[in-house]
Amino acid sequence: MHSFAEAFGQAFALIVNFDADLREIVFLSLQVSLTAVLVAAIIGLPFGALLAVSRFPGRGALVVGITALMGLPPVVVGLVVYLLLSNAGVLGPLQLLYTPTAMIIAQALLITPIIAALARQTIEDLNDEYDQQMTLFGLNAIQRLVTLLWEGRFSLMTALLAGFGRAIAEVGAVIVVGGNINHVTRVMTTTIALETAKGNLALALGLGIILVAIAVTVNAMVFALRGTAERAAYA
Amino acid sequence: MLDRTSQIAAVTPVCGRALQITRAGRVLLDVSDIEFGERSVTAIVGPNGAGKSMLIKTLCGLMRPDRGNVTWNGRPPARSDYRRLGMLLQHPVLLRRSALANVAYALKCAGHDRSRAERLALAALEHAGLSHIAATSARRLSGGEKQRLAMARAMAMRPEILFLDEPTASLDPASTLRIEEMIDKAREEGTSIVLVTHDMAQARRLADTVMLMHRGGIVEHAPTQRFFDAPATDEARAFAAGEILI
Repeated sequence: MHSFAEAFGQAFALIVNFDADLREIVFLSLQVSLTAVLVAAIIGLPFGALLAVSRFPGRGALVVGITALMGLPPVVVGLVVYLLLSNAGVLGPLQLLYTPTAMIIAQALLITPIIAALARQTIEDLNDEYDQQMTLFGLNAIQRLVTLLWEGRFSLMTALLAGFGRAIAEVGAVIVVGGNINHVTRVMTTTIALETAKGNLALALGLGIILVAIAVTVNAMVFALRGTAERAAYA
Repeated sequence: MLDRTSQIAAVTPVCGRALQITRAGRVLLDVSDIEFGERSVTAIVGPNGAGKSMLIKTLCGLMRPDRGNVTWNGRPPARSDYRRLGMLLQHPVLLRRSALANVAYALKCAGHDRSRAERLALAALEHAGLSHIAATSARRLSGGEKQRLAMARAMAMRPEILFLDEPTASLDPASTLRIEEMIDKAREEGTSIVLVTHDMAQARRLADTVMLMHRGGIVEHAPTQRFFDAPATDEARAFAAGEILI
């Protein structure tokens, strides 16, 4: 118990002193996960919206498939990206393995189905409500998608938040494609796993506290924003 | 500002030929020949399920008939023609934006640039007596205000023909009066109005002609006074007398 208390004390000291190693790891984690969310949003939001408003043979199967991919095991995603980026892989010549870019690709792959599936549900509900009015506005297909995405912006933020939560907290994919290289690809989750195994509980706990704080802060921000929007009746 | 004194030059004729919609073996709409295009107010009346809303939605291109065809100005409906044709849905859909942004958005869709759209939108709200709620979220408005906003949005487009699907259903008398004033203004400006209503007194007040629908078909279409004073069919006679058509 004494060592736990000591470890907590050291963890808080690292946070309060804004330790250089800790800072680097936190910034890299945020950089990787936020970029992955951005990439996944650029792909997932329009794809989900398109799936919501389109009717074609096999659409139901595609919806089921995308929804099922929400639960992709991170290590499997990591393995697939590893195979693509390794020297023998299709993208091997790009030499991206064990770089932050590889981690971004893995995380983006992991969360794109989450964002697409949640966006599809949101946009489909909105489309049911807006369909006839958008026809009366004389909108073309692209204008409809843009309108629906804008009208659903506050609900879609929840989808982005879910994606961010998944990305920042996952360890399996980034450790496979990033390699957990010190000062290069070491992020919060992989460092926590490594330092815990080494018995360096102070750094692991410090990062764990920051990870939880980030999750709570992001949730609180989105909750507050949604609340403001709902009070103003824009959500 | 909107030039409210100018008249709309011409009215795009909206025609339906041999329209039929069937669901589960039941004929819901069966109209052989219909045309709206004169500068007038036509009230479509009839019991629930008579096909009134279905008819105007079909004419507006919101529903596809199983048989027959719809033309606007002699051509199949085209997206660009929605600038000339307006419709107020029974439950108006307002965007999750301010009242002003709702009107401005419709104007931008019609090709106006942002600043002109906002100027015209503000003028439309003033015209509808809604300028005081311009910055308010459309979804926070009362039922009557929402309906007036939707009406202002439709009228801001200066449509040649405006279809209104029960615009005063569930509104109080004061809100109903305001909507009727807006309908009168639209008519004065040269817009042709097609109004679906259950309110016989409203049909008498506003309409030049009244069309009775029953079981998907048009039973009678006559000038308002003749419809109420000397109906030609038994159904119209019964309906005008306040009897229930089944």
